[in-house]
Amino acid sequence: MAHPLRGKTAIVGVGHAGFGDASGFTEMEILTQAALAACADAGISLRDIDGLATCSVTSGMWAMNAAESLGIRPKFIDSTMIGGSSFVEHLLPAMLALDAGICNAVLVCYGSTQRSGTVNRAAIASARRLLDAQPYEHPYGPAAPAPSYALAAARHMHQYGTTREQLAEVAVAARKWAQLNPEAQMRDPLTIEDVIGARMVADPLTVRDCCLVTDGAGAFVLTRADRARDLAKPPVHVLGNATAVWHRQISSLPDLTVTAASESGARAFEMAGITAKDADVVELYDAFTINTILFLEDLGFCPKGEGGRFVADGAIAPGGRLPVNTNGGGLSCVHPGMYGIFIMIEAVRQLRGECGERQVNGARIAVVNGNGGVLSSQSTAVLGTADTL
Amino acid sequence: MQTAGPQKQYFDALAAGALKIQRCEACSRHVFYPRVQCPHCGADRLAWVQPTGLGTVYSTTVFRRKPADGGDQQIALIDLDEGVRMMSRVENVDPAAVRIGMRVKARVAQQDGAPVLVFDPVEG
Ligand SMILES: [Zn+2]
Repeated sequence: MAHPLRGKTAIVGVGHAGFGDASGFTEMEILTQAALAACADAGISLRDIDGLATCSVTSGMWAMNAAESLGIRPKFIDSTMIGGSSFVEHLLPAMLALDAGICNAVLVCYGSTQRSGTVNRAAIASARRLLDAQPYEHPYGPAAPAPSYALAAARHMHQYGTTREQLAEVAVAARKWAQLNPEAQMRDPLTIEDVIGARMVADPLTVRDCCLVTDGAGAFVLTRADRARDLAKPPVHVLGNATAVWHRQISSLPDLTVTAASESGARAFEMAGITAKDADVVELYDAFTINTILFLEDLGFCPKGEGGRFVADGAIAPGGRLPVNTNGGGLSCVHPGMYGIFIMIEAVRQLRGECGERQVNGARIAVVNGNGGVLSSQSTAVLGTADTL
Repeated sequence: MQTAGPQKQYFDALAAGALKIQRCEACSRHVFYPRVQCPHCGADRLAWVQPTGLGTVYSTTVFRRKPADGGDQQIALIDLDEGVRMMSRVENVDPAAVRIGMRVKARVAQQDGAPVLVFDPVEG
């Protein structure tokens, strides 16, 4: 029997703003532009929004800032902050609130000017040492995430024979998708040799294994499925969503080659009544190249340890066996601190058939996996077109 | 009544030159970092023990920083023989020569006026 929440809500509008460099704008300003774009896309007004889900890297009370600035008085407010996966995680509470009739239209939104703003990555890392002290890790490393992901990559290579070239394949595939996406920030040609030969950040990861640092804002609107039918665009139904958190600090993840996506994926797929083989298009939070390999394994697209071999020979690039990160990913499209909102937006656009040159023909089911912290939070969503209900 | 929580007790011991970790009196497993309750079984009876200090490198990286930011920084995850993992670094060896599986031994060093646990390579 189908899960009672399967398909009951739908994403009816998506929008983004401030991609790349939003110099001169605040993060709230580009967030608002994205929110307005998402509402316009849905054919509704910001006045119709009565539910709000949002969070911020820097502000602990961001939902209040957003409600005030947007001029809305939401009946449902969620500001769960579990890193970049938050905007995938925001689905389930919103689905429950909509299904219970608490509200009618939830705006999920995010904006950051981490590249151009005065509070840049270094300032955030410095503040985090004070506000989110980790006395068993900070003496040995930075609050920056790269070394933690490097430790996971090194362990995966050791344990499964994953090669430096296979990690680079992930970045090259993302770039090839980005070259088909006029909105992507990095569209120059990129080879495996370029990735391996780039500046080392944290062994074995070079700067081309690491996500971009950009500005950007994104938003989507979620309503009940019955209302969605009357709006401007074809609804994209939420077939399943689940979140899992196993740790905060990388030293507390028992096996660095197995993430909580193995749990969130299984639960989301159960709600949706699908398996990995049903996915037509896959959007994974690729903060680093190792992420894509880990999540392909943990979500069941290939056996544990086979992710490196799975992505080899352009298998996840345009024309490969599985379309992964079709907007160019955090590696080549956009990455304003927390990227999770953009994997949702890209999945919706693919299922609507709006993606132009990079469109995956006939895409009906999209699998999205958000990641937060240092592989710490994982939220998996399954989205489907109306004919998957 | 104890006068400090587990975190302060841990760092006080470290300041006195001793590495101490917790062991659960209910399930007998070791616990790190220090907690009020056992993360394995939930019991709140944790006793301090002194581990051998011997461990194995579980994973390793070198964070490549600019010289102005402090230069290259070795970062490792160490599995103590007692079965707990901790982040640290391996000193007295070329940072890039640290290998997964390398045997190491703990040592209390000083960093920015505070005690910090580091590791050195050991034979075998
Ligand atoms: Zn116990």
